Amino acid sequence: MNRAFGKFARKIRDINERYRTPQIEMSPRVRIALLALRLYLLFLVGLMVYKFVLLLT
Amino acid sequence: MNLASRLYYRLRKWTKAVQLYLVIAGPGLVVMIADNDAGGITTYAATGAKYGYNLIWFLLILIPVAYYVQEMTVRLGAVTKRGHAEAIFDGFGAFWGWFSLLDLMIVDWLTLVTEFIGMTAALKIFGVPPWVTVVGVVALMAVIVMNGRYWTWEKIAMLFCALNLVYVPGAFMVNPSVSDIVKEGLIPNFAGGFNGDLFFFLMANIGTTIAPWMLFFQQSSVVDKGLQEKDIPWGKFDTLFGSTLTVAVAVFIVIVTGTVLKGVDIESASQAAEQLMETNHWVGTFMAIGLFDAGLLGAICISLASSWAFGEIFGWAHSLNQKIREAPWFYTSYFFTLITAGLVVLIPGAPLVLITLFVQVIAVTLLPAALVFLILLLNDKKHMGEYCNTPLENVIGSFIVVAIVALSSLYGISVMFPDLFK
Repeated sequence: MNRAFGKFARKIRDINERYRTPQIEMSPRVRIALLALRLYLLFLVGLMVYKFVLLLT
Repeated sequence: MNLASRLYYRLRKWTKAVQLYLVIAGPGLVVMIADNDAGGITTYAATGAKYGYNLIWFLLILIPVAYYVQEMTVRLGAVTKRGHAEAIFDGFGAFWGWFSLLDLMIVDWLTLVTEFIGMTAALKIFGVPPWVTVVGVVALMAVIVMNGRYWTWEKIAMLFCALNLVYVPGAFMVNPSVSDIVKEGLIPNFAGGFNGDLFFFLMANIGTTIAPWMLFFQQSSVVDKGLQEKDIPWGKFDTLFGSTLTVAVAVFIVIVTGTVLKGVDIESASQAAEQLMETNHWVGTFMAIGLFDAGLLGAICISLASSWAFGEIFGWAHSLNQKIREAPWFYTSYFFTLITAGLVVLIPGAPLVLITLFVQVIAVTLLPAALVFLILLLNDKKHMGEYCNTPLENVIGSFIVVAIVALSSLYGISVMFPDLFK
């Protein structure tokens, strides 16, 4: 079991290493798009958390 | 003689073109028809029952919308020879890659549960117990994928696509008024004024037309089929043909429920089928068969979308052209997703309605990201070369993406806070 988990963790590390550097050219347009996406997702996650709190209370 | 030889030449040219198309046809057609999944059929049935023919014009607008989004995956797959998940990992790094992959896994699994809900409900109308449906579907899908050839899988999937046309005779059998369809359906209008209810239906129709799994599925499918750059024009045609067909099927469903069930509150396609059976047995039967077929097609494609994506990232063999012993993890993840989703439907008292609503909310977190990545990847000259988006394609694509992101987000929010748009 431990060996299987260890192997899996190694695989994940390999993947993270392989894709560490984004290959797309980071032009200002790409940076703005990714920033907007981050903000949008934060907003959505915030809404979901708010809904979850509402459900609990 | 000259005319005869010219006609013969043209006929041969057309025959060859059709033959060539039949070889390349598949990814676009299958993904688009599978887009009319169990959830989609419910949305269209409810739209027809609520608004009659009045929103047909809006469905027609969705043809170019679906086409422009999906054709980008054809180019990306044919040029880079990579699936969408791998393209995101490679292009934007591990953070966005993991976000997309895990989100896709959750959305796909939940959507798969909704497909099983649709399939079991459809066959329950004919007295088939849910467990028989689940076991039968898993066995059928095992037979379809385990033959070890992408080509065979694709042609079987296309047969199920053809069964989706069952709504067409159904629409003719309810004798709709063609003049009413033209008058009410083809002229843009908002029946009863633009209010919260109508907005919800418009958003739901968009939400069922573009789903995140479709982007991942079609790109991986293009790669697994082995389409090359030279095949892109046919791949685009395949996508256009598929998007036209999928909207045509949606229009026929709206015509059926708009004619027979106008004014009835429809909560599911199986409820629509049962009510249709009371007025016309065969139309109701067609609706139930269509619902089962839609769920099956959706399940076939969605489970593959996840398995392909995981195979690409984890480096497992991940092609339908490989047998189980050659690609064990690919098939393990395929059957694990399928069987666990099927089992959820069999759990007594499982929160199936909550799951259906949750799918829409979670999909909203993945769709904008997948669409934004798609546009950015299609502008990456280094990898796409001459197949990069043209300025016009960027304007159209960006407009569609912004509109879909805005509307699908509002849809997701309206699912979480139903009173907000009332």
